[in-house]
Amino acid sequence: MTTYNKMIFEVSQPGRIGVDLPTSDVDPVTLTDKFPSHLLRDSEAELPEVSELQLMRHYTALSNKNYGVDSGFYPLGSCTMKYNPKVNEDIARLDGISRIHPYQPEETVQGALQLLYELQADLAEITGMDEVSLQPSAGAQGEWTGLMIAKHYHKQNGQNRTKVLVPDSAHGTNPATAAIAGFETVTIPSNEAGLVDLAELKQHVNEETAALMLTNPNTLGLFEKDIVEIAQVVHEAGGLLYYDGANANAILGRTTPGKMGFDIVHLNLHKTFTTPHGGGGPGAGPVGVTKELAPYLPIPRVEKNGDQYTLNTSEKLSIGRVKGYYGNFGILARAYTYIRTMGPDGLYQVSESAVLHANYLKKRLEPYYATPYPQVCKHEFVLSGSKQKKLGVRTLDIAKRLLDFGYHPPTIYFPLNVEEGLMIEPTETETKETLDAFADTMIAIAKEVENDPQMVLNAPHTTVIGRLDETKASRKPILRYTKED
Amino acid sequence: MTARFRYLPDTIEDQQAMLDFLKMDSLDDLYADLPKSIRLTEPLTIPAALPESLLVKKMHQLAGRNINANQYSYFLGAGTYDHFIPSVVNHVISRSEFYTAYTPYQPEISQGELQAIFEFQTMVCELTGMDVANSSMYDGFTAVAEAAALAVTSTKRPKVIVAETVHPETRAILATNAEGLEYTVNTAERTGDITSLTCLAEQTDEQTAAIIVQYPNFLGSIEDLAEIKKIAQDNGALFIVSANPLALAVLQAPGKLGADIVVGDMQPLGIPMSFGGPHCGYFAATKKLMRKIPGRIVGQSNDADGKRGFTLALQAREQHIRRERASSNICSNQALNALASAVCMSALGKKGIQQMAKLNIEKADYLANQLREKGFPIHNQSAFFNEFVVELPVSTKDANQALFEAGFIGGFDLSGIYSLDTHMLIAVTEQRTKEEIDQFVAVLGALS
Repeated sequence: MTTYNKMIFEVSQPGRIGVDLPTSDVDPVTLTDKFPSHLLRDSEAELPEVSELQLMRHYTALSNKNYGVDSGFYPLGSCTMKYNPKVNEDIARLDGISRIHPYQPEETVQGALQLLYELQADLAEITGMDEVSLQPSAGAQGEWTGLMIAKHYHKQNGQNRTKVLVPDSAHGTNPATAAIAGFETVTIPSNEAGLVDLAELKQHVNEETAALMLTNPNTLGLFEKDIVEIAQVVHEAGGLLYYDGANANAILGRTTPGKMGFDIVHLNLHKTFTTPHGGGGPGAGPVGVTKELAPYLPIPRVEKNGDQYTLNTSEKLSIGRVKGYYGNFGILARAYTYIRTMGPDGLYQVSESAVLHANYLKKRLEPYYATPYPQVCKHEFVLSGSKQKKLGVRTLDIAKRLLDFGYHPPTIYFPLNVEEGLMIEPTETETKETLDAFADTMIAIAKEVENDPQMVLNAPHTTVIGRLDETKASRKPILRYTKED
Repeated sequence: MTARFRYLPDTIEDQQAMLDFLKMDSLDDLYADLPKSIRLTEPLTIPAALPESLLVKKMHQLAGRNINANQYSYFLGAGTYDHFIPSVVNHVISRSEFYTAYTPYQPEISQGELQAIFEFQTMVCELTGMDVANSSMYDGFTAVAEAAALAVTSTKRPKVIVAETVHPETRAILATNAEGLEYTVNTAERTGDITSLTCLAEQTDEQTAAIIVQYPNFLGSIEDLAEIKKIAQDNGALFIVSANPLALAVLQAPGKLGADIVVGDMQPLGIPMSFGGPHCGYFAATKKLMRKIPGRIVGQSNDADGKRGFTLALQAREQHIRRERASSNICSNQALNALASAVCMSALGKKGIQQMAKLNIEKADYLANQLREKGFPIHNQSAFFNEFVVELPVSTKDANQALFEAGFIGGFDLSGIYSLDTHMLIAVTEQRTKEEIDQFVAVLGALS
């Protein structure tokens, strides 16, 4: 099956169709009578013409050339590729969840509003924040919402703060978000232990500091143990502390960003709260804040008055709207279902298992790969391919070789402050057997690098396609199908 | 001992074996680096865990507290529509090789997703008449804001003009975005149901980065893109069109009328309403703007044997490479919903999509005519697609209450937004039967 290599446009034959629409039961309309002729299409959109079975065969063949969490182990660092529960999918597809309109009267969507209201409360409790908005569609949009809140807050207090501090190990979205929120980014170098360098931080924090964006545990999987002092330094200078929740899977029930001193938090529901990544989205990036910042949250806000759930669209200090309607409701329904499945004990066990798995796997691999940060890690860890690089094999090659063994490779070349980085996040939903099998494979590859480097350099050998010419894809881009005559 | 949660496979023995290997005494040792002052000492106060059987019952009850489109006939649109979704759509996106996958950064094991998105991009290009499309945006609203950001950064001009007839939520989101990037948004007023070309021409100048209009506009009418393009062109501004992709099955492609960027939401094609999300923004542009488009784009390439394959392309534009120099921070998108709409477009095909669009036109036309016959003024002077504005003898709220009692979800109340008191924006999709429409008219006819 995996040899299938046709585009849907190549399967297409004129005259075929994959749906049967009803015939019109009202008076016909002649398009040229109704619309000005220059606003009517002069040529048809070339969509494919296929029967229903042809369509299913095409997409089934494509799915066979794809790899998801249900296919196998997916230790992508910072992405939290845990199991996506099936019941969540069923719930999101209930008519009362999927077939409701965002503008139908509030009285007719009390169940939906209740779900949002309770999820806000759950996430507030989990993050230690006072109020939560479920609006942002993804982590990056959550970051932007959070920084816009910071911007409005400082402005309201008559302060012109233009700088956002970001550690060098931060996700690319952090500095990009700061830029589109109109801030200048200041990069804070990490110290040798992979943590925020307090002395450096102190040098850069001043009356221009709007916020420090921090992921904790950070992208090296290390807990910023000086967090209390970091918070103090930033707060004393009048800045705000922003928590990037990409790594929240490590801390559930153990601590909260609120306890650590953060003022603004976003969570990635498609990481910690099991909503599927969908091949790139949709996700959800709710934002939580302290009481002081709550008036700035985006509108509309979901509130409860007596027995009724309502939408409040008139907060005068609000930053305004950030996304259509009320966020990615279908995703929020999945996360709600997950939180109700796990309860407080379950979430607590999620994090401790995630952290146990990461430390176990790290220790198994330490003798074979350079481990720049040997201390206890949280839910993920970063190895360096520096030993292997000396033998002429790069991290990219190791990643490609893993494909031959049926694994999705770890995140590579990130964070930027690790040479030839391999960032591994096993998650709590994998068995010890899987962790051991993966460790054995990584060790076998490390030995191959020494004994048979060509095997690794020429990998993958078993996939449906070899390494693609990515330079060509960018230099002479072909970004759509064009029919050959 | 048996594990307590079905998603957590560790047994006590597994945990003990791993702790022994780590030379640790307890799981608490893994958190020894957390300062004492920040540790939680009490369990989280969230509701206790529910077994699947009880959970499903609870969720059915919660969902049952919402009125849904299987129970009532919806004449409500305003950006989200009750359209028919072929069964195959859900079957394809439920294949877990698709929905449990990450972003296709490893092309060798992501060819399915990459090719499906490449095909999606092609379909978007076909409908919009543009050269290039990306792999999706959060929604149609934020896609407009991304287009405006592109215009402002690439033209280095400080202002965009948005038509008043663009969706109010789009304009609200644009305002929030403009505050971040620090550009000005001016509104071009409408005359009746369409943008005033005089007002637009007066506002547009050499400081204008872009003109933004919606097609069909929020009131359902078709703006004359050819005339608006002239104003943009005369001032060197980019022309951004937010378009309903279903309407593009019959309406002239914005690309052929001079659009530089076409955005919108694929929701009408294969994506459930879901209380407003997740939907799926799309973003298409001219070749000239190719290297400035936000978000992920899939390109065609080949492996060393010359075999055709697909991979993420032009990644140098994106936040993970450019960091603070990126012009957009988008990372996650709506890939699975882009797949859903690609499947829907494939099922409909070249002819079916036109047939579906035409059904929308005819049904909306029929309802408008029935209302006219009953003496209700129709606000739209220009041609409309599947949505139009009617003036009622009572408030829209009261009309909707009467409609609700008769089993209908009525139209969008315009009184709060355009000061069109007693005006209702009505959407009629292919889902509505003649019988439903006649009953709808009868209910409204009985008001006054």
